Amino acid sequence: MSVRLPPFQRFLDAHRDEVYRFLLSAVGPQDAEDCFQETFLAALRAYPRLSDASNLKGWILTIAHRKALDAHRSRSRRAVPVAAVPDEAGREPPDPDDGVWEAVRRLPSKQRAAVLLRFAADLPYREVARAAGGTAEAARRNVSDGLRTLRKEWSR
Amino acid sequence: MIEISKQLTRAARGAVKVHAARAASSVVRRARDAGLLDVGYGYTDTPFGRMLVAVTPKGLVRVAMRTESPDEVLQELSDRLSPRVLEAPIAVDAVRRELDEYFEGKRQVFDLPLDWALSSGFREKVLRATARIPYGGVSSYREMATRAGNARASRAAGSALATNPIPIVVPCHRVLRTGGHLGGYGGGLAMKEALLKMEGVRLA
Repeated sequence: MSVRLPPFQRFLDAHRDEVYRFLLSAVGPQDAEDCFQETFLAALRAYPRLSDASNLKGWILTIAHRKALDAHRSRSRRAVPVAAVPDEAGREPPDPDDGVWEAVRRLPSKQRAAVLLRFAADLPYREVARAAGGTAEAARRNVSDGLRTLRKEWSR
Repeated sequence: MIEISKQLTRAARGAVKVHAARAASSVVRRARDAGLLDVGYGYTDTPFGRMLVAVTPKGLVRVAMRTESPDEVLQELSDRLSPRVLEAPIAVDAVRRELDEYFEGKRQVFDLPLDWALSSGFREKVLRATARIPYGGVSSYREMATRAGNARASRAAGSALATNPIPIVVPCHRVLRTGGHLGGYGGGLAMKEALLKMEGVRLA
């Protein structure tokens, strides 16, 4: 029997804020909107074939996590440092606490992913592991390693 | 200094709602361009309250009266057609325009393509026959049953009309009981009577 899925619009309404928040933290204000669109378009493509509707939040954040990784990769390929220029006045999301996320975005990729999924997406360790790969134990360790690095940087 | 984990949690709670809403509407636009919008819906205001209308790439598939719960209607579309259901006001522009014109008395024939996916078999035949009753005309449940191929099934014809997924455009309000009694109507008998009056039908 096929699973009963909510209409996609309801699913989008229910998760858009947390996905946007996660991406804002994961890739920063410049790339968040692009990643957001890519995330939900990929989800929309796969949606009718989804075989388990019990954890839609974990599913969409796993996709968001992969889109964030893609963005990081393509940014490091671009490599040429460009000053962050908003493409339209007032379009940049207000983000007074972005400093701490900038520091997170500089963490090694496993720690970065684990910290983001744990704190920006607010997922429990079991689901952090499912989204990022590996065990819950490894996710816990990556988070604590990441936090240790951040603490060092932040107390300087 | 605040513990770093607390600071992360707080920082993630920034004002994102506006930006998330804008990004979400871009998703709808891109879904439509990519051919991923299986069912698009929107709302339209009428003299009989706000109605939900839904279209597929084939045409108008559903008109829901204000007496129906939008959540249930959307879930039904998701279950029966495709879960790729998105709110897309642009996709229902033509439907809104034609309904507006109809309620203003400026339109007697709808030019909208229809998608019959929510009906099948005898019910679909009854509804297709109903779609051909002209503005200002009326017919009977028995006549619709006959045209659908089973003259004795007027009760079944009545039930097909009672569950008409595309009321107004498929004018089930033009079907009366034999002898001219109003019969039933999903939007209420007062609405059925008002629609017929607007179309110039004299009721007994």
